[in-house]
Amino acid sequence: MSKAVVRKTLISLAVASAAAVAQADVVIGVAGPHTGAYAAFGEQLWRGAEKAAMDINAKGGINGEMIKLVKADDACEPKQAVSIANRLVDSDEAVAVVGHFCSSSSIPASSIYEEAGVLMVTPASTNPTLTDRGLPNVFRVCGRDDQQGDVAASYIVGDLGAKKVAIIHDKDTYGKGLADAMKATMNAYGLEEVLYEGLTRGEKDFNALVTKIRSVDADVVYFGGLHSEAGPLVRQMREQGLTAKFISGDGIVSDEFVSVAGSPEYVDGVLMTFGADPTSYPAGKEVVEQFRSEGIEPEGYVMYSYTAMQVVASALGANDLDPVAASEWLHSNKVDTVMGTKQFDDKGDLLVSDYVMYEWDANGKYSMMDN
Amino acid sequence: MDIVLQQLVNGLTLGSVYGLIAIGYTMVYGIIGMINFAHGDVYMVSSYLTAIAIALLTFFGMESFPIIIFGTLIFTIVVTGAYGWVIERVAYRPLRNSSRLSVLISAIGMSLILQNYVQISQGARQQGVPTLLTGAIRFDVGDGFVQITYMKLFILFAAFLGMGVLTYIIQKTKLGRMCRATQQDRKMASILGINTDRIISSVFVIGAAMAALAGVLITLDYGAFDFYVGFIIGIKAFTAAVLGGIGSLPGAMLGGVILGLSEALFAGLISSDYKDVFSFSLLVIILIFRPSGLLGKPEVEKV
Repeated sequence: MSKAVVRKTLISLAVASAAAVAQADVVIGVAGPHTGAYAAFGEQLWRGAEKAAMDINAKGGINGEMIKLVKADDACEPKQAVSIANRLVDSDEAVAVVGHFCSSSSIPASSIYEEAGVLMVTPASTNPTLTDRGLPNVFRVCGRDDQQGDVAASYIVGDLGAKKVAIIHDKDTYGKGLADAMKATMNAYGLEEVLYEGLTRGEKDFNALVTKIRSVDADVVYFGGLHSEAGPLVRQMREQGLTAKFISGDGIVSDEFVSVAGSPEYVDGVLMTFGADPTSYPAGKEVVEQFRSEGIEPEGYVMYSYTAMQVVASALGANDLDPVAASEWLHSNKVDTVMGTKQFDDKGDLLVSDYVMYEWDANGKYSMMDN
Repeated sequence: MDIVLQQLVNGLTLGSVYGLIAIGYTMVYGIIGMINFAHGDVYMVSSYLTAIAIALLTFFGMESFPIIIFGTLIFTIVVTGAYGWVIERVAYRPLRNSSRLSVLISAIGMSLILQNYVQISQGARQQGVPTLLTGAIRFDVGDGFVQITYMKLFILFAAFLGMGVLTYIIQKTKLGRMCRATQQDRKMASILGINTDRIISSVFVIGAAMAALAGVLITLDYGAFDFYVGFIIGIKAFTAAVLGGIGSLPGAMLGGVILGLSEALFAGLISSDYKDVFSFSLLVIILIFRPSGLLGKPEVEKV
């Protein structure tokens, strides 16, 4: 009998200590492609979120509770995104999620977070459908593809004065969504595309497609997709002697674009739309300097991820760590972040988006164009 | 006109590479009647080896294209061949006398092991190699032009040279004769004093070497790869092997070229969205009329 008592005591002790740990921390998931072909973006999300969490914890956490981050890998695959979202909600008991990266992952995962009453702030998913479904718990600190498409289309039609535009996409939620958004605005300006084609994600040979683009004599190629396909595509265009301007969206914002393309000479002159330089906000100056002093360049989505974590922390802090109340609160309150003051509309989109054109140069770096 | 010619060049280079990889599928099937699903991943491993070889050679100050390319080819082919040998030894030989299904599962397991092992040891990020050979020749055709990079010419040359050497080995050498004998009747061959286990090993090594040749060529041409590249190209090469008649060496080469050409022409002239649909429809149609592929021999039920 004494044995049973000891065992019971041990079990209750273990349960109590587990509960104590769970109470002491605010668990926040960082979901994105931490492995796979798009792992570079997962790394960007993790760096931003990790630094933000460390900074918030150093200042006493959220209402005295420490943030505990959980890495959730969706490999940019919808199926895995759903299972990882279930894991975050059920076994990790996360109250909020920073992520996911790919729109095709964010959309299915968001329904699971909604059911569980978990707050979701994505730093990067730009497909309009994500917020158009009206889920109360979903927010993004980046723009939308229709806004991004608008900027690209007006640049192509207005500034470039293009006559023959070929539109290529990767048949994925993000890539095709972006290509369609650009196409809609361009058509509204009265310019019809000369070619509209999809390519297969994961392939590397686009020579046949490139020859086809050549056959329609395009002067601009607009690509909706990610850098791992954009790199080989632009390289094979140049190798076949096609000098058309290559324009894409925020899916190629990574140094890896250069290595995947083979050399900086191929990305020279490539244009893309991306939010106004996320490192240029006065409020984020200190954080950017800290990143650089640690030898990390806050490229691409690093600052966005930092911002998303700040949004999560402020909303939870103002609502006693209740994610449902925090979601409601975010729709009507402003948050100060390292990327300036952010305000969300009823759908969870930013009130103000700030897409501008960027250009890659012969050194394999990108910079904002002065326009 | 220039566009069609350019598409023929695109298709031919892609197809010759499919053919090289298809050889590995078809030889293994021919000799032990199994489909080596890890073959695409052997190709993937050779992409990484290519990058390693180039990094090593440039580190030791060898910069000229011929030295790098031959150094890389030798290194990659030897090491990938070793991979082929080990894979057969570890995953297939212990199952030599079990059912076909066990070997198939073992092959799928091997494929996953290779992918994950490379992902963990080399990282999940996209990798790239610098461009070694630049420049192109340009023919004016009518109003337009056909542009072929020197790299593409080199691929065509190397791929067909590789196929030629292999055909010579299989048709004219003692090793080739033993391979063919083992393929026709393994029991009889072993009664006649052929070490069939060794022949099977050497077939895996030859298949891996051909995949390595393809890996070097493609990696140098496209410059980008990751741990997952073996999957799509493996499926395509397997399709090419079946199209040409699995088990037949010339069939694999022919199947590769046909598949490459049909993909390029369909993508170029009709729609790139549906090129894979077209390729697989073509496969279905050919299999309806020729169930054993273009050059395959109908399987005779052994009693």
